Amino acid sequence: MSNERIKPIVMPKWGLSMSEGKVTGWLKRPGDHVALGDDLLEVETDKITNVVEAGETGVLRRVLGENDTIYPVKALIAVLADPDVSDDEIDAFIAGFALPAADADADAADAAPRYLFAETAAGTIRYATRGEGGPAVLLVHGFGGDLDNWLFSIDALAESATVYALDLPGHGQSTKSVADPSLSGLSAAVLAFMDHVGLAKAHFIGHSMGGAVSMRTALDAPDRVASLSLIASAGLGREIDHGYIQGFVGATSRRDLKPVLETLFADRGLVSRSLIDDLLKYKRLDGVEDALKAISSAMFADGAQSSVLTDLIAAAKTPILVVWGEEDRVIPAAHANALGDAARVAVIPNAGHMVQMEASGKVNALLKDHIGKAA
Amino acid sequence: MSRKISMKTAINEALDLEMRRDPTVIVMGEDIVGGTGANGEDDAWGGVLGVTKGLYAKHGDRLMDTPLSESAYIGAAVGAAACGLRPVAELMFMDFMGVCFDQIFNQAAKFRYMFGGKAQTPVVIRGMVGAGFRAAAQHSQMLTPLFTHIPGLKVVCPSNAYDAKGLLIQSIRDNDPVIFCEHKNLYGLECDVPAESYAIPFGEANILRDGDDVTIVSYGLTVHRALEAATALAKDRIEAEVIDLRTLSPIDWDTIIESVERTGRLVVVDEAHPRCNLATDIAAFVGQNAFGALKAGAQMVTGPHTPVPFSPSLEDLYVPSAEAIAAAARRTLSPTGSRSRGIAA
Repeated sequence: MSNERIKPIVMPKWGLSMSEGKVTGWLKRPGDHVALGDDLLEVETDKITNVVEAGETGVLRRVLGENDTIYPVKALIAVLADPDVSDDEIDAFIAGFALPAADADADAADAAPRYLFAETAAGTIRYATRGEGGPAVLLVHGFGGDLDNWLFSIDALAESATVYALDLPGHGQSTKSVADPSLSGLSAAVLAFMDHVGLAKAHFIGHSMGGAVSMRTALDAPDRVASLSLIASAGLGREIDHGYIQGFVGATSRRDLKPVLETLFADRGLVSRSLIDDLLKYKRLDGVEDALKAISSAMFADGAQSSVLTDLIAAAKTPILVVWGEEDRVIPAAHANALGDAARVAVIPNAGHMVQMEASGKVNALLKDHIGKAA
Repeated sequence: MSRKISMKTAINEALDLEMRRDPTVIVMGEDIVGGTGANGEDDAWGGVLGVTKGLYAKHGDRLMDTPLSESAYIGAAVGAAACGLRPVAELMFMDFMGVCFDQIFNQAAKFRYMFGGKAQTPVVIRGMVGAGFRAAAQHSQMLTPLFTHIPGLKVVCPSNAYDAKGLLIQSIRDNDPVIFCEHKNLYGLECDVPAESYAIPFGEANILRDGDDVTIVSYGLTVHRALEAATALAKDRIEAEVIDLRTLSPIDWDTIIESVERTGRLVVVDEAHPRCNLATDIAAFVGQNAFGALKAGAQMVTGPHTPVPFSPSLEDLYVPSAEAIAAAARRTLSPTGSRSRGIAA
């Protein structure tokens, strides 16, 4: 383990509930040179299938994870090393590799609740927190989403930050009574949550409507927002696919919801049965339909976004990163350039509205870099 | 907020939440409060297996112990429903349905139709179904096909705690009579259930497992046997799609047909007796509407055409097993599959 020229590739942990994953296909072969960010293999969980990207550079010396086989999180599935490392050294590394404190980790994960609940001035807010030390980061999901939209981001960001992810009022497992369904109302709920957990200031990462909520917070309470990362954000232009909003609010069955959710991804195959089931379970809860209708009529009335914050936020002093999926079918990727020189901009190919899920490796790297520079 | 609770607790919670939400919801049945004359405090029975335990302390006289006369209290529940209440009447064992046939089939199921839509009958009749409880022939039947046969009744049979809660809430909110069938051997089974209220719409089957090789349709307890069978089949690279009907009337034909059009093979599992049951119904419907998609004859795995035996070893053989379901799936994949006779489990 001490040999720094040998780098283990392990089964990743995506999200709070993942304990194992299935290797469904390798995209690199033994002997291939691998660069940082290269697609290595595909892994399937009970929630989603996604690509594992290389976190290091080197030669793929060994592939241990066999196709169609399930491995626990953190199990060794491949070895990356420099070309001059001998086979004997690699064999010794593999022989000496233990699931890093697998038992201790599992116990710790079981002991610490996956989700926490805060009784705030805005009602019950569900949240998760990961990591210790470093800057505070707050993840704000979009319309109809919840904190699990960050399942590929939360653990990666927690390597160098204390990360909080919450469910906005009306969403996930937070309160379904939304006193004020406007951007200001949701922003006030986020501030109430920060007060509750004792967060004076945080780097905000907002997706879609959560981006607009984050911008509103930066404008209303600039001393609470250290930086903004806006992913496929609302609030940067009028256009939005109103069919998506109406379809999402109106769908009550798996059959109705599936095509709506497919709009969110460049690769429609990512919409798994489990993803649809989880959303249906949310949508069936008493109060959700009313909450979604109230929020959508406050934010997206008449088929367009009600609040465009471009001029205000461009004039603010907050460091801003804008990330978009080039194939976004909900909010056009052209909005990425709305802030001009006031923001760093990255538009990522082959990704849709859920770019933080479809290209998590690239997005996480951009987020970490932005937070690192702004901290 | 979600936590793991049993199906029994989920049913109790659904009743509690709906009684809190809607003052017209009342609960009645034999021994559902105290039992044997007890006053209904927390240590009292709360039904023969304790499903309604503790509700009396919360809702008082909106729960009532009834005399041991199904025709009287089911009739009273139907009448109360027609007059504006939303009664949930517990029949204890669905096998006792015979005593109150007229109140259900000829009265509750007919009011909306015979009074030109001017009357509605929002009554729920709950009760235990199914074998495997060592309760002998008069307390172990799966009588779901009898109820499904009758227009005007809605028939629900959940396979897990999450569905039981959401479907019972929908049953109480529904304006038609609902027969809510609880498999007694599922009461202890736990799964994640939100603490909040939620309603699962009728007529939407649940797909529990994706597969492209064979479609297995079931409901209630045998859903779990079908999943076990699917796991065994997967070891031989046979991927079964497992569909849980959840509601038998209305039934989600679209999901069944869409699946069979993809897999070309159908196994229907029904704990009920083999004649005129959900298995024959679904096999016939698919034969009529998706014949061109079928690559083999539909297979039916059911209980045998006998009363449920009291002998434990025979009773264990009565309920369709995972092995019998897997064998039926394999028959659809073999060239002679369509010629085999799969009437008994």
